[in-house]
Amino acid sequence: MAAVRKIVIKTYAFCRLCERADLVPRDPSGVSPHGSEVPTSNTLGRRQTIEYAEKLLSVFILVPFAGSLIAIFFPSDQRGAISWFAGAIALVCFLVTAGLYPYVASGGVLHYRIDWVPELGLNFTLRMDGFAWLFSALITAIGVLVVLYARYYMAEEDPVPRFFALFLAFMGSMLGVVLSGNLILLAVFWELTSIVSFLLIGYWHHNAHARDGARMALTITGTGGLAMFVGLIIIGKIVGSYELDAVLASGDAIRNHPLYGTVLILVLLGALTKSAQFPFHFWLPHAMAAPTPVSAYLHSATMVKAGVFLLVRFWPVMAGTEAWFWIVGLAGLTTLLLGAYFAIFQQDLKGLLAYSTISHLGLITVLLSLGSPLAAVAAVFHIVNHATFKASLFMAAGIIDHESGTRDMRRLSGLFHFMPITATLAMVASAAMAGVPLLNGFLSKEMFFAEAIETHLVNPLDTATPYVATIAGMFAVTYSLRFIHGVFFGRPPANLPRKPHEPPRWMRAPVDFLVLACLVVGIIPAQTIGPFLHTAVLSVLREGTPDYSLSVWHGWNIPLIMSFVALSGGIGLYFLMRSYLATAVEGPPVFRLLQGQRIFERVLVTLSWKWARWLEQRLGTRRLQPQMRLLVFLALAAGASPLLLGNFELPPLVIRGIDPAFALLWAIGIACAVGSAYQAKFHRLASLVLLGGAGLVTCITFVWLSAPDLAVTQLLVEIVTTVLILLGLRWLPKRIEEPVAAEDISIRVRLRRLRDLLLALGAGGGMMLIAYTVMTQPLPETIASYFLDRAYREGGGTNVVNVILVDFRGFDTLGEIAVLCIVALTVFALLLRFRPQSDSLETPEQQRVQNAFDDDHPDRAAGDSVAEYLFIPAVIMRWMFPVTGMLAAFLFLRGHDLPGGGFAAGIAMSIGFILQYMSGGTRWVEERLRIHPLRWMSIGLLVATATGVGSWFFGYPFLTSHAQYASLPVVGKFPLASAILFDLGVFSLVLGATVLILIALAHQSVRAPRAHAKAARSDKEAVR
Amino acid sequence: MELILSAGIGTLTASGVYLLLRPRTYQVIIGLSLLSFAVNLFIFGMGRLRVNAPPILEPGGVGDLARYTDPVPQALVLTAIVIGFAMTALFLVVLLASRGFTGTDHVDGREQRGD
Repeated sequence: MAAVRKIVIKTYAFCRLCERADLVPRDPSGVSPHGSEVPTSNTLGRRQTIEYAEKLLSVFILVPFAGSLIAIFFPSDQRGAISWFAGAIALVCFLVTAGLYPYVASGGVLHYRIDWVPELGLNFTLRMDGFAWLFSALITAIGVLVVLYARYYMAEEDPVPRFFALFLAFMGSMLGVVLSGNLILLAVFWELTSIVSFLLIGYWHHNAHARDGARMALTITGTGGLAMFVGLIIIGKIVGSYELDAVLASGDAIRNHPLYGTVLILVLLGALTKSAQFPFHFWLPHAMAAPTPVSAYLHSATMVKAGVFLLVRFWPVMAGTEAWFWIVGLAGLTTLLLGAYFAIFQQDLKGLLAYSTISHLGLITVLLSLGSPLAAVAAVFHIVNHATFKASLFMAAGIIDHESGTRDMRRLSGLFHFMPITATLAMVASAAMAGVPLLNGFLSKEMFFAEAIETHLVNPLDTATPYVATIAGMFAVTYSLRFIHGVFFGRPPANLPRKPHEPPRWMRAPVDFLVLACLVVGIIPAQTIGPFLHTAVLSVLREGTPDYSLSVWHGWNIPLIMSFVALSGGIGLYFLMRSYLATAVEGPPVFRLLQGQRIFERVLVTLSWKWARWLEQRLGTRRLQPQMRLLVFLALAAGASPLLLGNFELPPLVIRGIDPAFALLWAIGIACAVGSAYQAKFHRLASLVLLGGAGLVTCITFVWLSAPDLAVTQLLVEIVTTVLILLGLRWLPKRIEEPVAAEDISIRVRLRRLRDLLLALGAGGGMMLIAYTVMTQPLPETIASYFLDRAYREGGGTNVVNVILVDFRGFDTLGEIAVLCIVALTVFALLLRFRPQSDSLETPEQQRVQNAFDDDHPDRAAGDSVAEYLFIPAVIMRWMFPVTGMLAAFLFLRGHDLPGGGFAAGIAMSIGFILQYMSGGTRWVEERLRIHPLRWMSIGLLVATATGVGSWFFGYPFLTSHAQYASLPVVGKFPLASAILFDLGVFSLVLGATVLILIALAHQSVRAPRAHAKAARSDKEAVR
Repeated sequence: MELILSAGIGTLTASGVYLLLRPRTYQVIIGLSLLSFAVNLFIFGMGRLRVNAPPILEPGGVGDLARYTDPVPQALVLTAIVIGFAMTALFLVVLLASRGFTGTDHVDGREQRGD
């Protein structure tokens, strides 16, 4: 069996190898840098370096997550050390990104793939093309800057290790999103970013705003992510593969599929929630309760960009349809306009930036909705530009907050005198945000205006776009101007919590760098960002890449006029509204009343409170019986409906061939079952005895019908169960009710019993019917022949049932003994804190009488009576111990070939122990025998697992068995498969678990009198 | 044979289900035990009933379904028996603990009117 498995694995690996090497085209566009056909020595060398580069991709996932784990263990007062550490990790990732550029430039794609669950199409595939490279560069570069900034921003008392651990985990997740080459993997990392961002927003968890904001962000983005996950799975089903390469090559199949609309809505739900697009935008302003470095990173460059990243990623396969245009366009335009409008009215600096971010993301979304390649270029360009200026602005806002103690624009003014350099930097960045010429924001905004006036589809939305764009541009100028003019100019500040001053040199350094980037890109775009942008765009648009120009001056044209209208209009608007804004309450007029947050909370309350309560009131009950009734009824209905619907025909009744002995046996069995059910209320002991009778009948049935293993196990388990319940009976209330006279039972109770009886008869009748029908059909071809055929040849044993248990399905058995282990430990733990009901505390009557008799006679010691009347049984039981041990060993050793095995042997051995307890009492046994059931259980589990692991060392899969025969003197020849070691583990665990359960219960009789005595003593003391 | 065993399975199920719906915890335990006999026999029966055909091969032999009964349901039931024992033990202890906490052996932890 093992050999077969091995060959299968090898063949599979070989196929993978072929795929990796040549057979699968790596890059559908055909511009792969290693796509040449003749393997000269030069191309071979190049291929080798590419393989190294592909291995490097794993760095992006491994290093941040490993760093995150290490960061947790830094002491919390080492702010400097941990910042260096986190910075070094981000820097390593950035350097690797930079080093990989040559491989993705001009259309190359790097792949790194580990098979995960290949049967399900699930692979750990990392894939870097130009676009993913651009994003990785953004994530890692801004990551380095944010670490530097956070080093100075975070206060002494903040738990910094947690911050950096989460930060690095976020960086890893975000890199995972952009580098995923498999849709499922993408969804996993996508949800990881949601979860880590939840933790980061709620970093100051003592603050209620932070908690609420974090929860809202998680609810919205997590729900969106879930929808997207479903969408991605449908895409995978349409395409037939979850690999991104395959998906990107099947655009037509996706767009023309009947499920396209569903997929579109689901995927867009993910993208639009993540990128805070209308109507899901409201979580972003509330996420501003996060520490500013988090906002600078997550809410400018990374997390919120994941949504537009997804839109760009799927742009080639999903965009261009009318549905895409309308949904994405409408969401984008609304967001663009509303975000910009709302931003004007914010009083919180970060709130203004948050709404501005929403608006800019809306701009990118609009660009992507248009379906034109030029617009897509503009979108990618604006993603980069926005990340640069918005990150620097968030950092500047953080500096202002940090050095002056407030972010409220009504209180801030005239800060230019106190922090001239920061003010200058912020002014440049805001100008970029407003789209002032010679800055990077201007360039992409011009491209946007140019695209807005083009006609893509003839409909009202397309006609409205240029006007909306201009108005939104105007608003952007207004809020940017407000940010600068309101904070840095005007009267000197009064009543600030702190006297403002310039921040430490290195806290400002990241802002310096980013603002410089805005300037340089704004002035000489083609020489700086040009090649990188082209690489990114090429990888998305492939052969559809349009010609575009990144130059600053395009002559006097309509976009330029739109820019001027926006600039002058925005300045005018600001000075008109200035006095209103200086004193106004937070939020835009009118819209302020219609808050997204309120609606969100309403929805949450309705969903998770009102509806849940309603359902609970209708369906729920604190009572078990109605629920059980419902459950049985549903099961009955579910079982009966296919029979009724499927025209089930009763099989012919065969009375022939009935063995009278078997009939008699089951007459007894049926009587026992019914009697046990009847007596369970009135006479528990009788019920237990009758239950044992039914168990014995079952056991004999197994023998009769060729199942000796089952019979042995059933018999032994029956003994143990009976002992166990007997031990439990001691703690049940005394109530031997006589059957009440029929006329005393109320009609309601009778009706209820009748209903239960009918349900029970229905269930029993159904089982009988199905059992009879199936058993009278001939056995179809089953996997049974497989096991019968291979049990000896491959498992090395003749007892097929045992070979299945310890070899073929050894993994299942391992799981089952683990369950047994857990149950035993639970029982043990429950009984450790067991407090019996007070009416059960008294010594049982028989014991009292015997003790009184012993006390009355001076020549007798306590316990003599019980010892005397159990004398003969006790001797027999003591002598039985070695015999039981022999029986267990016998059952164990023959298990592989004849009925027996670890399960049976373990239970048999435990019976040996329990007999000792019964004959000698708890104390007597424990003085003489070392009983360590917990150890036996752990040894059993370890041995069983180690046997499984052992096969790894010989290069076989987990739990592969090796079989041969060995002989011992006296015992003779017995099968010695490695499975017998596994069976030994099973034996040890079953023995330990059974003994543990039994003696834990038996011990109660020792503990309870002590507790009783203690309680009595404390009562006496209380009386005194 | 089949008729008798299925009647037995039916009775065991009916008694077990009836007890499951009763209010006393001890009744529920006995019910579960009866039900597990029924289910074990039912699963076992899915391999069809054969007399004198235990799935124990001759040494060195190769088995087939003509001579041996189906071993798969037996393997399933074997572990089910042991797990059933564990379940009974767990419920018994939960029953005892719950009675210790609540002072009643009613399945809801408190007496209901009219039971």
